[in-house]
Amino acid sequence: MTVGSVVLGLPEAGRYLGRSLARSLRLMVGQPDYETYVSHMRLTHPDEAPMSYEMFFRERQEARYGGGRGRCC
Amino acid sequence: MPSIRRHLVWFLVAIAGAFSLGTVALARGEAISALWIVVAAVCVYLIAYRYYSLFIAERVLGLDPGRKTPAHRHNDGLDYVPTDKNVLFGHHFAAIAGAGPLVGPVLAAQMGYLPGLLWILAGVVFAGAVQDFIVLFISTRRDGRSLGDLIKQEMGLVPGMIALFGTFMIMIIILAVLALIVVKALAESPWGAFTVAATIPVALFMGVYLRYLRPGRIGEVSVIGFVLLMLAIFGGQAVSHDPEWAALFTFDGKALTWMLIGYGFVAATLPVWLLLAPRDYLSTFLKIGTILALAVGIVFVAPTLQMPAVTQFVNGNGPVWSGSLFPFLFITIACGAVSGFHALISSGTTPKMLDNESHARFIGYGGMLAESFVAVMALVAASCIEPGIYFAMNSPAALVGSTPATVAQTISSWGFVVTPEMLMQTARDVGETTILGRAGGAPTLAVGMAHILHQVLGGPGMMAFWYHFAILFEALFILTAVDAGTRAGRFMLQDLLGSFVPALGKTDSLPANLIATALTVAAWGYFLYQGVVDPLGGINTLWPLFGISNQMLAAVALLLGTVVLFRMKRERYAWVAVVPTVWLLACTLTAGWQKIFSADPKVGFLAHAARYADGLAQGVLIAPAKTPEAMARIVFNDRLDAGLCALFMFVVLSVLVYAVKACLAARRVNHPTVHETPFEALAAMPAKA
Repeated sequence: MTVGSVVLGLPEAGRYLGRSLARSLRLMVGQPDYETYVSHMRLTHPDEAPMSYEMFFRERQEARYGGGRGRCC
Repeated sequence: MPSIRRHLVWFLVAIAGAFSLGTVALARGEAISALWIVVAAVCVYLIAYRYYSLFIAERVLGLDPGRKTPAHRHNDGLDYVPTDKNVLFGHHFAAIAGAGPLVGPVLAAQMGYLPGLLWILAGVVFAGAVQDFIVLFISTRRDGRSLGDLIKQEMGLVPGMIALFGTFMIMIIILAVLALIVVKALAESPWGAFTVAATIPVALFMGVYLRYLRPGRIGEVSVIGFVLLMLAIFGGQAVSHDPEWAALFTFDGKALTWMLIGYGFVAATLPVWLLLAPRDYLSTFLKIGTILALAVGIVFVAPTLQMPAVTQFVNGNGPVWSGSLFPFLFITIACGAVSGFHALISSGTTPKMLDNESHARFIGYGGMLAESFVAVMALVAASCIEPGIYFAMNSPAALVGSTPATVAQTISSWGFVVTPEMLMQTARDVGETTILGRAGGAPTLAVGMAHILHQVLGGPGMMAFWYHFAILFEALFILTAVDAGTRAGRFMLQDLLGSFVPALGKTDSLPANLIATALTVAAWGYFLYQGVVDPLGGINTLWPLFGISNQMLAAVALLLGTVVLFRMKRERYAWVAVVPTVWLLACTLTAGWQKIFSADPKVGFLAHAARYADGLAQGVLIAPAKTPEAMARIVFNDRLDAGLCALFMFVVLSVLVYAVKACLAARRVNHPTVHETPFEALAAMPAKA
């Protein structure tokens, strides 16, 4: 299969699909990707320590449910 | 000629779709397979996505793949994250698909499957998906602002405030109607009541596990929670077989109402990690899994549609809900065709994660098509059970009686042949003592799903399991919605109250929080109680109110889209938003008018109130009220509902006036007047540090 312009072999494609599925399921419950967050922090705020995964998880949980966002019917 | 070859495959899709739709529409008197409906729907979606959404993306909105999205502009790795479009699609779909697309089509099936199917397909292509797409686009170009802010920005402060207030009232009605569905499903059902009650300790355990034992391990805890839920279903079966335990978990509607009200208050004041979050994990994953299972089941089993294509109830004398096809079908099926609530989601978290503006087409338009497919599956599930059983489950006792013999006799006299034995056998099959008077969609859908899924897995012996699995799955995400919605209502209310009494607006003050939570719960609890004691089943009153308000919110969102198109100086394409707006205004205003003023007491609130008020004046009791006080309450509630209807009409009409004014103003100037965030080019590759 192709992702962007890169052609992937079967094992890579499987890994890509698996990771996408896991990320999808996590994002469905409001948890964005932790690795993406860490690499973002490294890139743009190298002087600040990124939150630990546990902190990140709590912060996102509070952000999703604490603000009183509505849910769809 | 490559240009023709490019369209050839789509031409074949169109032929397949037209042939399937033709089969569905022309099958008169003979039962056909549900697969025809599924194929027709999928072909319509494919064609609409390939051509109409592309037209909207390129010509109407002018999506610009080179434009920086909020996710790149404000990237913080948390709220604003450029996200893979397939991953974001899942997120968006999970946020928009709730109980709505599963319930509306089931209720609409009383008119036969054809009217509902045609509205779902036409509605999603020309209204629902367009609305989601345009709002997502508008919000993405404005740093991911919310619907209320967008209306304030493009139309003015007053319509923005009016829309926010309208949204709060809609929320209250949604919570009441969702809670009513749970009450209808769990009343007199020890199995269901035990299973759903067991989800509370399961969720509490998961919450503690995620907080202290293994922080943040969502996958692991969800698997544990799922296993516990399955055990709860079997536990419920054991409870229902034991007379003493069964008595302990048998509740009538009123008792369940008070429990739900208490639950709503407590759940909304607990910390989110303890109950709300873990329950949300369970309900989200279960929802996605069940939708997939239902899709596989329908394709694999290919059930035959038992419901006629069109029933005699299109003329407006239906037992499930009153009113004629126009306008009431178009407000009964909201989610799945067009749902105003999606405008809140499309202007919520999704625009903050869009990696590229061009993805708005796939996520906004495509996401809504996927939800519409859920609605089609619900319609199939409701139409593949015996029509006699469908009507026995959904007709109020005041119309058809309350014993299997009288119900079977009445419904058979309508032409849907059913015997008392069939009704009792169905109840036994699904492990219940009765299936009568279970309006509200969830139990009917559960019977339909059990009917389909037991043929895939488990055989007839598993039918009761699948029924309670379906009830559990619906109750689970409705309770999550009640909890989250009460919190959202509390914040909205504190926002509104804070303008008058600043102390009540402080969201970090416990007394202020408790007061606002209590007020929100009292508001939806009032409508819920009113629905539960309503002799005509409650759904008959509350569902039209919900449909009218939800479709009116959609009209408001599409009016925003119209204004933005005018302000972009793209008014020659404004019909894309104007046509569905006009249709929604026609449906909702007609329905609202009829609900208030219709002379038929089954439809019009005021006519119904007048009948009871006359009775009171003359000192006669009118069934099913047993006391003058009960009659006075009916009169009061009718007038309250009429007032609410009038309020919704006022909201939408005032937004319409402001929208027209904004469009005229935009026409008078010869340059675009939108308030978009200024253009910034998207860097081809993120800079490497």
